[in-house]
Amino acid sequence: MSKRFWYFLLPLVAFLMMAVFLYRGLYSDATELESVLIGRPVPEFTLQDIYQQDKQYAADIFKGEPLLLNVWATWCPTCRAEHAFLNSLAEQQGIKIVGLNYKDDRQKAIQWLEQLGNPYQINLYDGKGLLALDLGVYGAPETYFIDSHGIIRYRHVGDVNPRNWQDTLAPIFSALE
Amino acid sequence: MNHYLKAVTLLFVLFLSSQLSAAIDVHEFDSPEQEQLFRELTRELRCPKCQNNNIADSNAGLAQDLREKTYQMVKQGSTKQQVLDYMVARYGNFVRYDPPLTPAVMLLWAAPLAIIVLGLLVVLRMAKRKADSKPELNADEQQRLEALIKQTEQDK
Repeated sequence: MSKRFWYFLLPLVAFLMMAVFLYRGLYSDATELESVLIGRPVPEFTLQDIYQQDKQYAADIFKGEPLLLNVWATWCPTCRAEHAFLNSLAEQQGIKIVGLNYKDDRQKAIQWLEQLGNPYQINLYDGKGLLALDLGVYGAPETYFIDSHGIIRYRHVGDVNPRNWQDTLAPIFSALE
Repeated sequence: MNHYLKAVTLLFVLFLSSQLSAAIDVHEFDSPEQEQLFRELTRELRCPKCQNNNIADSNAGLAQDLREKTYQMVKQGSTKQQVLDYMVARYGNFVRYDPPLTPAVMLLWAAPLAIIVLGLLVVLRMAKRKADSKPELNADEQQRLEALIKQTEQDK
């Protein structure tokens, strides 16, 4: 290739890279933060079961098989919108979901599960938001994808719905080991 | 009428002040240094939920939690770095209004400078090349040029 050819090609390549970068920026969601915990195990915790105060769980519940950790609360309208789809994920697709009830009123939360159905295999009660703080939760709902070794592989901020499940989330979940 | 106006103003001021005081938590510190550190930290930590507020200014539930956590850590004698490390371990460098100099940050700072320098080099090079390249005329062209010059001089 002649020198002249590179003089034209290089600016073109630089321009294209810049264009792709800016184009992506145009459609990126500034409120979506990257999780620091990707690739790390779920932080240690001891939390009560939402139904039984004397039943406690620790981080070892996340070992064994891939599952979702869904952060929810009754004060969160989007959580209500998402709930029906979580039900169908659990019932129809047999996906294991652990619930983390975040800074909520226990009675209200139990009532909600009775009314709307309970998609959760285990439901942790995090009234003070202790585990949520360690997870870096900054809003609800948030859903963490955890592999069978208890390692966090992905975080989804916002509701899980049929569309984003189909497009992005299902492939991520099925790739978990 | 006047009394009515006064009453409304008073209510308005009371309402405003109750709104303002909502952002102020009551904290007791062991020393002025601790209080100073707490103020410094809450100003420097960004609320992950309400992104353009620091946690001192924000009333979001999460900001309150982070403030409380900061307070507890300061009260227990944590250093500034320890509190910052704690927050960054959970929310990433995003929580800091004064982020450390990571490669990505350096790129951000250096890129515009690099582009300016590069542009300057290109311009200098082009100018130099233009100065260097005197068009050489061959013997034939030289003759024609001289003829033309003569011609114009005669025409005057």
